[in-house]
Amino acid sequence: MEFFRYLGASTRASFTKLGRASYFLIEILSGLASVIVRPRLLLKQLHSVGVLSFLIIVISGLFVGMVLGLQGFYILSRFGAEETLGVMVAASLVRELGPVVAALLFAGRAGSALTAEIGLMKATEQLSGMEMMAIDPIKRIISPRFLAGFLSMPLLASLFSAVGIIGGQLVGSGLLGVDDGAYWSQMQATLDFKDDIINGIIKSVVFGFVTSWIALFEGYDAIPTAEGVSRATTRTVVNSAFSILGLDFILTALMFGEH
Amino acid sequence: MDNVDSTENNLVSVHNLTFSRGEKKIFDDISLEFERGKITAIMGPSGTGKTTLLKLIGGQLFPERGNVMVNGRNVHHLKRAELYALRKRMGMLFQSGALLTDMTVYNNVAFPLREHTTLPESMIRSLVLMKLEAVGLRGARDLMPNELSGGMARRVALARAIALDPMMILYDEPFTGQDPISMGALVLLIKSLNATLGLTSIIVSHDVHETSAIADYIYVLADGKIVGQGTPQEITQSSSEWVQQFMNGAADGPVHFHYPAKEYMDDLLHSEKPLFPRSRLPDDRTAKRKRYS
Repeated sequence: MEFFRYLGASTRASFTKLGRASYFLIEILSGLASVIVRPRLLLKQLHSVGVLSFLIIVISGLFVGMVLGLQGFYILSRFGAEETLGVMVAASLVRELGPVVAALLFAGRAGSALTAEIGLMKATEQLSGMEMMAIDPIKRIISPRFLAGFLSMPLLASLFSAVGIIGGQLVGSGLLGVDDGAYWSQMQATLDFKDDIINGIIKSVVFGFVTSWIALFEGYDAIPTAEGVSRATTRTVVNSAFSILGLDFILTALMFGEH
Repeated sequence: MDNVDSTENNLVSVHNLTFSRGEKKIFDDISLEFERGKITAIMGPSGTGKTTLLKLIGGQLFPERGNVMVNGRNVHHLKRAELYALRKRMGMLFQSGALLTDMTVYNNVAFPLREHTTLPESMIRSLVLMKLEAVGLRGARDLMPNELSGGMARRVALARAIALDPMMILYDEPFTGQDPISMGALVLLIKSLNATLGLTSIIVSHDVHETSAIADYIYVLADGKIVGQGTPQEITQSSSEWVQQFMNGAADGPVHFHYPAKEYMDDLLHSEKPLFPRSRLPDDRTAKRKRYS
């Protein structure tokens, strides 16, 4: 009996939370117009969300690409197909690893920072204070951050893939002796702009949207205490990771299903 | 902006207000009046919902019953744009100051001006320096909020609250946690701002002496009711036990020192659980559940 009561209560709690989150999203989206009028607010957030994530994305992308080069070479050389290493590295990065790993890193680097920032602003009554100054905190604080996350994500994912492909080339042709020309020409011949690159970008757009939404909502909805903010930050990373991986499966099934 | 425009004598009127949080009734059918140009204080023990009252007046919370009239308009029937227009004429001083931590003192005071007006930067500069001068912190304009002491932060917040020349200011515990010097400075400041700017001030506080020194009228709240009201003299001579306990700071009286509990001896001798339980923690399961819910 106790178990069913608990089950019911937690189900209801998660649905009300989903409702609050949806309402919050509508408010964010309706606040976007005022961000476009004041690009300065956006630029500041693009810097803290996007530019400051640059380093972690580049370094991770390089190493993921290098590992792909190594692993790919070992497997492909068994079939004597080392020349297609470029295709393998590029396809896996552009289609999957680029958007997904970049989004996971983004959630850990920028998402958690957003949640902590908003949560602390709430805890120190800054949001409430703004409301009393007749300034809508959603328009002034939340929407610019949302737009910045949404815009940065595809750029960061593309950067991740690009650096990864260079990493694969460094290992493949630099270290393991795959022909340099074959690496690039096979890649160019096989990868399709619409099927591979555009689909990868669509994925990263979706991930950017969801991650920014989760991060900002968790911060805004956090219990305004030290413990509350710390738990909200954890939830941001965990929920973002789940959503990214789950959505990745759905999107992949929809995009690449016909082939 | 004319601060004495209405025929009514009271800027803020609260009628038959009821408000609950969960099961607990914070306010039970209370009515208060706040006269124009005066300093009215609301006092009471911690946890009597004094801050909640300010949030109700500011339209951040909605009452269950009753209404709040500010300048002749019902705050909770206003549309969002109208409410925001009204809030521009209200300043609120939060207990923590609520300064924006990513901006300098100067930019914090300039913030409402920049958001709500299209004044040129030179005009904003003059206004900001005037407001900072009024609170004695013109020299601190380039500091960040984390470099300020608590009292200074509150004074900057006060400068910000008067930036748009409001008709009233709501003070949330302005004296709490201040050393005697900054407390004295704040008392003086609130008094002189009220007189020079023609403001109406509402102070929520439990600092009896400071508040009685500057208030024109005092309400004492306890358990969701008004237990005493009057001028500071009337309040100190009040016959109510509640008011006497509060004003004199007696540990026990109508407000009990002990949180409601069963008989002490019963609790000690007839424990429901053995003193040395076999399981590590008696409430282990419920504790765990709480953590994850």
